[in-house]
Amino acid sequence: MSEKEEMVKVYILGEGFDVPASSTILTALEYAGFQLTSGVGCREGFCGACATLYREKGDYKLQAGLACQTVVSDGMYIAQIPFVPAEKATYKIEELKPDINTFKEYYPIVFRCVGCNTCTKACPQDIQVMDYVQALIKGDIEKTADLSFDCIRCGLCALRCPAEIVQYNAAILARRLYGKYIMPKSPELEKRVEEIVNGKYDDQLDKAVNMDPEDLRETYYNRDIKTE
Amino acid sequence: MYLDYMRESIKKVEKTRADRLKLAKSGKPIVERMSDQERERVLNKFHPDYKEEAKKKIRIGPNQGQELTGEVVDVLEAYSRIKTNYFDLENPDYETDVLVIGAGSAGFCASILADENDTDVILATKLRIGDSNSMMAQGGIQAAVRPDDSPYLHYLDVMGGGHFDNKPDLVRALVSEAPDAIKWLEELGVMFDRNSDGTMLTKPGGGTCRPRMHSARDYSGAGMCRVLRDEVENRADRIKILEHQPAVELIKDDTGKVAGAVLYHLQNKCYITIKAKSTVLATGGFGRLHVQGFETTNHYGATADGLVMAYRAGANLMYMDSVQYHPTGAVFPPQILGFLCTEKLRGLGAQPVNKNGELFVYPLEPRDVEASALIRECVERNNGVPTPDGNEGVWLDSPLIEQINGPGTIEKNLPAMLRQFDRFDIDIRKDPILVYPTLHYQNGGIEINDRCETKVEGLYVAGESTGGVHGRNRLMGNSQLDLMVFGRRAGKFAAENAKSAETGKLNLDHIVEYEKEVEKLGIDKDRISPMVLPDYIPEKIKKKQYTAHPEGNLR
Repeated sequence: MSEKEEMVKVYILGEGFDVPASSTILTALEYAGFQLTSGVGCREGFCGACATLYREKGDYKLQAGLACQTVVSDGMYIAQIPFVPAEKATYKIEELKPDINTFKEYYPIVFRCVGCNTCTKACPQDIQVMDYVQALIKGDIEKTADLSFDCIRCGLCALRCPAEIVQYNAAILARRLYGKYIMPKSPELEKRVEEIVNGKYDDQLDKAVNMDPEDLRETYYNRDIKTE
Repeated sequence: MYLDYMRESIKKVEKTRADRLKLAKSGKPIVERMSDQERERVLNKFHPDYKEEAKKKIRIGPNQGQELTGEVVDVLEAYSRIKTNYFDLENPDYETDVLVIGAGSAGFCASILADENDTDVILATKLRIGDSNSMMAQGGIQAAVRPDDSPYLHYLDVMGGGHFDNKPDLVRALVSEAPDAIKWLEELGVMFDRNSDGTMLTKPGGGTCRPRMHSARDYSGAGMCRVLRDEVENRADRIKILEHQPAVELIKDDTGKVAGAVLYHLQNKCYITIKAKSTVLATGGFGRLHVQGFETTNHYGATADGLVMAYRAGANLMYMDSVQYHPTGAVFPPQILGFLCTEKLRGLGAQPVNKNGELFVYPLEPRDVEASALIRECVERNNGVPTPDGNEGVWLDSPLIEQINGPGTIEKNLPAMLRQFDRFDIDIRKDPILVYPTLHYQNGGIEINDRCETKVEGLYVAGESTGGVHGRNRLMGNSQLDLMVFGRRAGKFAAENAKSAETGKLNLDHIVEYEKEVEKLGIDKDRISPMVLPDYIPEKIKKKQYTAHPEGNLR
């Protein structure tokens, strides 16, 4: 970091630290000397491990975000959430039915949604969380699966929900039910698996595995290429 | 968000776009694909692996005398974290049939299959369950499912992409089980992208001769990993999960078999011993070693721990001289330096162009070739766009995607990419993105056979930690496949072994022996591995952290 770099003050556990203005919350913590052993994961916004609450200067609102994706601002107060103690139902997916009764049984809490939209505001992925909860209440598993698709399971929705709903856990159940039972199946896939089991490609592969290196190289460079 | 001088270059990109669109729609390759000789030339001159200083000779252990990636040699020629005489191995903290180390997709697959084969399972992981490189994969998973495709064509692609260095039996297993892996995932509830008739939506990847990439938008890795995680959590009564407890050494028995591991609890600082009949390493790769100073797309915990532990226990390494640089890592804005810009962007028609808006490489060469061509364009031809922090890159012309596939394509198929750049006020539908190769994948690893066995009895390995499947260059979509195929195999064969294995008296003698060799080399006592986590604390702060080692009440 160059000396001339613009710095801002952020507050970690209430104490002010000067960090480069271009820092994310994550790199600001490290710049201040905190070696992270929780509340950190992929560092690219895909794993949901770095849920963080913060408050900006002059604002009373607590905001939610991912530490690795949120750029700091001067006067920001930061508190990381290393773990979300939310309830997760356990089930055997192969024994479930893809309908509303499954949710009544495993996640009855979902039906307590008061429609306040706090979950949506908390979501760092900008998912319409409340909309998918409402869809679920109406039994629309497809819509729930679609709207919740980009969920990275950081748990911020559940942490902020006044009705104690565990949105993200209900959503993974919805997506699994949709993927397993409702999405159309590919006839090509079924067929190919069967062909392989029946040994259709065995001879070809035997030949390829035992091919002379020069022949293999030639076969490779001469193979026909389709991009569509 | 782009700076003024970048805007000037973007204008040139916009100027050539219409002609490049025409070219893309012509059905012919927009740039001629490289021949065998051309590939060799560009790799030799520009791929970071081919630099003389990239490698070092390893002086101890099973691969003694071989040239490996320098940073890997540094973590292998190092002392253990543990003092072996502290441990009471007569009374391990846990006993189990199968111990799986690493909770990414390979570890999940192994745990599920071991459970289905009626063995007790412990799954231990460094951070939170599911936090892994698996979760971060965007592009997809390969499987030869289309009628005009076959496991044979898939086989050719894997071998050619890997420069024919791959172990043929492993590749055969990979391609033959690919469709079944997809079906298994579908039955677990993974939402793969589909055409309206229910068939799978498949796209080409670098070095594939058929569109074979199955995806779940551009959260493909997450789409699979989170379902597997949920499935493991549903089996919590049989699969015991230990989070924030990375393994730091393997334990052996008096017959020389691997018989468990020592874990270190990152939060309460305790060491935990586990006795196991079979041990599966699914610890992932080494991106956080920042080979040659490269930025990485990898998870915080990708520090080659499995390599170190297995090597000390006597396992062989294969192709640990080979590093994958993903051609397109972000170089601007600085907050996302090194982040992955999925190959799916190019699969959907985005073209790499230089500062003048000119094409210079076929967009879907195998990754090592593509990356080398990007480096050549910047370093030799001086056609890169510099960034204020001293990096440079070429444009990946993403707006073409919607001109080729129609409006809405990016939002529907690349939501993660759209969101990633939107957070920094860049709309990839309207503006191109600036990219440069970034450290992405460990091509080599611990040598296994097609039962995921290593040369040390009781030790199984699956996923990125292994070597041989991908030769010296992995193709897009084959790592996700590797996790599923070999993760499941590892679980199955580890369980089979556990049913008949007898475990003798536990010991850590191999560590003592290994450290003697390290000492003979005169290595500094403070070079300790596995690394467990990288250290990003600035030097001036570190200098004030006097008690990094236990002293007094604080440890």
